[in-house]
Parts: sequence; structure tokens; C-alpha cells
Amino acid sequence: MSEQLIITVSREFGSAGHEIAEKIAEDLGIKFYDRKMLDEIANQMDINVEVLEKYDEKPRNLMLSRRVGKYSNSMEEILAETQFDYIREKAENGESFVIVGRCSETVLQDVDGMISVFISGDREHKLERVMSKYKLSESEAIRKMERHDFKRKRYHNRHSEHKWGDSRFYDICLNSSPLGVSGSVKVLENYIQERENLRKK
Amino acid sequence: MAAAQILAVTIFIVMFVLIVLDKIERHFVTLGCGVLTIVGVFGIIMRDTHAILETLNLHSMLKLGFWYASGSEGESTAGINWATIIFIAGMMIMVEGMAKAGFFRWLCMLLAKLVNYKPIPLFVAFMIMSAGLAMFIDSITVILFLVAVTIELAKLLKFNPIPMILSEIFCANLGGSATMCGDPPNIIIGTSLGYSFGDFIMNTGVIAAISLVLVVIYFLLVFHKDLRTKDGETIDISAMPTPREAILNKREFAISSVIFACAVIMLVTHEYTGLTVAFIGTFIAVITLITSGKFALELLKKVDYKTILFFIGLFMVVGGLEQTNILEMIAAFIGNVSGDNLYMMVAIILWISAIASALVDNIPFAATMVPVIKSLAAAQGVDLATLTWALSMGTDIGGSATPIGASANVVGTSVAAKNGYVIGWGKYCKAAVPATLLVITVSMLIIFVRYC
Repeated sequence: MSEQLIITVSREFGSAGHEIAEKIAEDLGIKFYDRKMLDEIANQMDINVEVLEKYDEKPRNLMLSRRVGKYSNSMEEILAETQFDYIREKAENGESFVIVGRCSETVLQDVDGMISVFISGDREHKLERVMSKYKLSESEAIRKMERHDFKRKRYHNRHSEHKWGDSRFYDICLNSSPLGVSGSVKVLENYIQERENLRKK
Repeated sequence: MAAAQILAVTIFIVMFVLIVLDKIERHFVTLGCGVLTIVGVFGIIMRDTHAILETLNLHSMLKLGFWYASGSEGESTAGINWATIIFIAGMMIMVEGMAKAGFFRWLCMLLAKLVNYKPIPLFVAFMIMSAGLAMFIDSITVILFLVAVTIELAKLLKFNPIPMILSEIFCANLGGSATMCGDPPNIIIGTSLGYSFGDFIMNTGVIAAISLVLVVIYFLLVFHKDLRTKDGETIDISAMPTPREAILNKREFAISSVIFACAVIMLVTHEYTGLTVAFIGTFIAVITLITSGKFALELLKKVDYKTILFFIGLFMVVGGLEQTNILEMIAAFIGNVSGDNLYMMVAIILWISAIASALVDNIPFAATMVPVIKSLAAAQGVDLATLTWALSMGTDIGGSATPIGASANVVGTSVAAKNGYVIGWGKYCKAAVPATLLVITVSMLIIFVRYC
């Protein structure tokens, strides 16, 4: 793959979006970025990664932080901005990659060759997945799903003019439940291939 | 009047909520709410052109007293305080010029060299410098440079910079309380109520100086263990950045130093020369722009217009509360609660200001409280100056207690976090709350003994 290809994957909690994104990166032979980018950022900042993990992809606390000009003292926002810079740098260096979350479809919207994906899922499928993956009861899984989706939505909408999951702002939105992980990967890879073919023409 | 009052209060509350939510930039919030006050409260409900003109306050700039005052007459408490806005804008231009020349970094490095790069003397020196600079320059700029240099030195000298950052932030706010131009609340209080630089120095300045001594001792006691470098670690002083390296342009450096000295002299003597802060702000800005030649436009572009617009909108909204007599009602309430007891009045103003400023931005709070204390002093027949010093110390120092109380706190903790030094609420408040309580208590006792 000679031309730069960036695939951003936003996802509902429990929709297997992360797994799908990782598989696509593996199949295409390009890098995969998720919360592990925090390791590198923590290293650069000379800070323990656990400190950063607490603030990853979370909205700021309205009552406990403030912004003065370009300076915010919300660690959630500082980390988000650091991650955005990290992602932009990777893109500017011409790297091809798949990235999960982090408002990346907005951060990289001006990059030529960026394909944005949103993965959702049927509630019962997501619930089943969360229950088995995290060994939770149904009520616990529901709470976890709702909490994560609420935070992701607030985080996204804080940093983007577009609404989280609004189909008008993504290249392709896919419900992963009917096709499962491998079927969804296949559909998305076909789509990516078609887009690549068009670019080459 | 009731409808106008309800709308004015509603607009004020909405403005505060929107500032906290930070969804819309705060200058749009205050300007939008300000326009709503002018149109809705004064235009549609009150149909009062006079209130609109009073709040816009443009006529004040046409008066000689706005630029040159023979007595210590206040500009006006009503409406937009243009003197504050012009002064802040002027100082912003001067500070941009100084930063461009490398003045602040030079000063930090010079001080570090003078104390031989030893962490504990450096800790004390930077606290005093923070307070000293913040007397004349806005605390955001002071903290921005001081924190950056502190982190740089901490990495080289291998000590934890967080204690130093926390104490610098506190001292910047404390230094700001000492003068009329140190902190935005003081500029608003001074220009609105007609107090001079000298008045502040002789009153809040004395309180701040006594407090600074206590605060330095307090922070030393709390942090001295954290500032020790690792045993056996030797520091190569020759590898440290020198003050000379900080100067980016010698000519600009010399000019900006002279302009800064002029600003300090003009502020210190403005009581005798009659030059108002509006005049000083304009003069300093013009001189900076003339001497910066082709870089004048660059300096102008760097001015934080958003803050200027934020102030304009804020004064309009507070003007709404003032013209609808809401602030008089608050003053009457404080008068009733304190039962004509001056001690009680001082305590209420000082502690309420401190608590409110710790939790919300202290600038809107001060702007709101100025007409309140003026009204309270007139109604209760007490000395306005006594209430003024209580308000000034309460808003300036109360803002130090939490990471969101004052702009310097936000900027300092933000710069620290970006460099990997996360200062959460717990860590911040553990150091700052006792220091705040100490200074507020000392302030209260001094005001009681000296003025009541």
C-alpha cells in the first residue's frame, strides 16, 4: 500500500468495534492505535501510564476544572489534546494506520485518504458480549454499557462539532450484530478497497 | 420593575452557568448576556434609555477625569468600567513586548543563578519574585513564565517542581492583592471606587506583606522535605542555562525593561501626578507599539481580545443587576444580617468573597460586589475603605484555595500537567486551603484592629 490510508473507528461500547478495527489493521498490515498510545505519551511526559489511563476518553468535570484562554486545567482535556497532537503528528508523517476512538475522525478530517467508520450494535448482542467479556451480571453490564457510551458521547461532542454516531458525519456506519466480527471486517475491508480503487483512478 | 429584576437575575445566573459549562467561549457568553440585558431588561421591559447609556458608559471616556484626575474620584460603579478595560489592554501589550524580548525568563534565570541553583533558596526566591512581579503584571503571565522555568530547573536539578509551582501560584495571587493593578478584581475595585495605587499599597499591600512572610514560612514547613535533591547527587552548575541566554534581542530587552520601569513609576506615583490608570495603560501601550516598530502589528495580534470582550460583556450584565436595584437589595440584606455591626460586615464580606472566589471565577464576583459594598457603606454609614479592603483580600486570596478559583491557578496547573506533573484537587487544596485560611484570618484580624 503506497498511498497513506487512515481508518478511524468510532464505536458503541460492546459493539466489538475495537476488535474489528484491530483485525482490519492486521489484515491491511498497517499500525493500530488504541489506548496503548498512552504508553508512548506517558513515556514522553515522563509520567506513570496509570495516571493517564484514569483520564482517557473521558469528558471533563464541569465543576472541577476551568479554561483560561488556551489553558485548561482539566486533565481529561489536556490528555485529549495531547492525544490529538500525537495522532496529527502520525498523520503528518505520512503513516498509515487504524485508530479507535479519540475523536479521530474530527481531528483528522482534513487528511486526504481518511475513512471514518462508526460501529454500533443491537442492544442484546452488545449486552451478551459485555456480560461474557467482563463476567458481569445483566444489570451490571447494562450500567457499564450506559456509563461508557454516555462518557464517550460527551467526550466526542465536547471536541467535535459533529454529534457522536450521527451517520451524516461518517463515511460508513455499520451495525456489527447481524454479521458478527468477521462479517463486519469483510464488509469494511471491501468498502476500504473500493475507496482505494477510486483514489487510484 | 419586578419583571426587569427577574430577567436581570436570570441573565446573570445563565451567564454564570454557561461560563462553568464552557461549551461556548466565555466572551461570547458575557457579550451575549450583556446584549440581552441591554435589549431585554433596559430596552423592552424598562424602556429606559438612560439605563442603557449609563451601562454602556461611553461618555465616561470623554471626560477629563477619565484620563487625568486631580482628586481620588472614582470613575463610576455603573456599567462598563472602561478604565479597567483600557488599562488591562495596555498592560497586555507591554507584557507581550517584554515576553518577546525574553525579560521574564532572564529574570527567573538571574534569580536562580543568584541563589546558586539550590532548591530551598530557589523556592523562597521564586515565591517572593512571584509576589513581586504579580504586583505590577497580571498573574497569568507571571505564572506562565515562572512555572515553565521551574519545571526546566526541576528537571536539571532533579527535584519535584510541584511544591514550588503550588507556592508560586499562591504568592502570585497574594502579590496581586497588594496593589491596584495586580489582580483584575483590584483594578475593578480601584477604578470603580476611586482608590489609588498608594491606597492599595498602604492597606492591602501591608496585609499582603505580612501574609507573605507567614506564607513563605508555611510553605517551607510543608514542603522542605520534598525539595531536597537526592543524596549524593551533585549538580553541575556550569550546565545550567545562563540569564544571558534568555535575552532574545538585546535592544528589545533594554527597551522593554525601560518601559516596564516607566509603568511601575507611573503607577506608584499616579496619585501625585493625577494620571489615571486608563491614561497609564494607553501611554504604555502606545510607547510599546512605537518602539516595537515593524513588530507592532504582531504584538497587537497577540493581545487577548477575548478577555477584553469578556470584561465588556460582564460589566453590562452586572450593570443590569445594578440598574434594577438587585445589588442594593443584596447590600441591604448584608446590612440586616450584620445588624449595623462593622466587625460582622467585614467578616461577612471577607469570608463570603473568599468562599465564592474559591468556587467561581473571582472577576465576575468582584464586579458584582463593588456596587454592593458602595451601597452598603452609604446605607449603614460605615467607612467604604474598610469594606473595600475586605472585598479585595477576600476575592484575591479566596481564589487561591482551589485549582479553579483564579486564572493563575488554572494556567499554572495546566502548564504543570502538560509537562507530566498532574496536580489534582486533593494535592492542590491540601497545600492551598490552609494557606488561604491563614491569610484570610490574618487579613480579618488586621482589618479589625486597624479599621474597626
